Amino acid sequence: MDAIATYALRLGDDSLILGQRLSEWCGHAPALEVDLSLANVALDQVGQATHFLNLAGELEGEGRDGDALAFRRDVMDFTNCLLVEQPNGDFAQTIARQLLFSHYQELLFTALTASSNTSIAAIAAKAVKETSYHATLASDWVVRLGDGTDESKARMVAGLDWMWRFADELFAMDDVDAAALKDGVGVDKAALRPAWDARIDATLAEATLVRPAPRRATTGGRIGHHSEHLGHLLSDMQFLQRAYPGATW
Amino acid sequence: MSDPSKEWPLWEVFVRGKGGLSHRHVGSVHAVDAKMALEHARDTYTRRMEGVSLWVLPSAQIVASDPGDAGALFEPAEDKVYRHPTFYKIPDGITHI
Repeated sequence: MDAIATYALRLGDDSLILGQRLSEWCGHAPALEVDLSLANVALDQVGQATHFLNLAGELEGEGRDGDALAFRRDVMDFTNCLLVEQPNGDFAQTIARQLLFSHYQELLFTALTASSNTSIAAIAAKAVKETSYHATLASDWVVRLGDGTDESKARMVAGLDWMWRFADELFAMDDVDAAALKDGVGVDKAALRPAWDARIDATLAEATLVRPAPRRATTGGRIGHHSEHLGHLLSDMQFLQRAYPGATW
Repeated sequence: MSDPSKEWPLWEVFVRGKGGLSHRHVGSVHAVDAKMALEHARDTYTRRMEGVSLWVLPSAQIVASDPGDAGALFEPAEDKVYRHPTFYKIPDGITHI
């Protein structure tokens, strides 16, 4: 794949893996209403993934569509950031992941609406409304849990602590990003960081939480160096197409 | 059953289907505060483009008539057919009436 196709692939993989992770909550959330909330966010992410992965397949030109890219690639070929593949943990850990990712995704999609690739711009324009809601939902839950009971606060702190080391990767720029930026297709992700910091800090302040201490960033997702968690996720997600290749219904 | 004292309070949900229509009661959600109630109402009742506006209000705030008073409250209207505006012709093409 060239840089632009890879750029679309990364966007799709982020959405796909987060959507799959969130769907694991289906039937297990703390309340029926929360179950629906998380399923809605999951479905939004899977919808975004469908668009981006179909586009990546078109740009690649090897006859692979979004389904082929989602269900017939091995773990090393996935280009999602490490944050989205992290385990759900408890509800607070899931919400911590959502806070960090959705604010990033909303800023990213807002910028991508100006992409010179009209398909990416159109997908981003549709998705940014979804993502804006996800960011609000996540922030509201962080405030409730952080400024809630002793137990909810402790869980929120632990959740943020788990996810924090994966935040830097969101804004990292490599060769693919540089090439996409040069073509006007991609955006300068590093430039999104100050706005993201301000949003996260505002939410944490309202939640009476302190920002976790800086730590060495864990990266590598964009080039296929994943945590052990992704393989397990894929074995679940890809089981059917692996066992019955090409099955439809 | 879960401990009722730990249940989140109940909120009634009203959805406006489109501009010009009134909000209609569609059901209820559990939530700890008004914002959460709105979010849960959105996620539960507007997933299939059902609405353009939402109201939520605490169920405990609803004052209901006593079923035991139904006779005194509602039966006197039964024989007052002249209160129905059924003597007018409604032109074709009028909806939502």
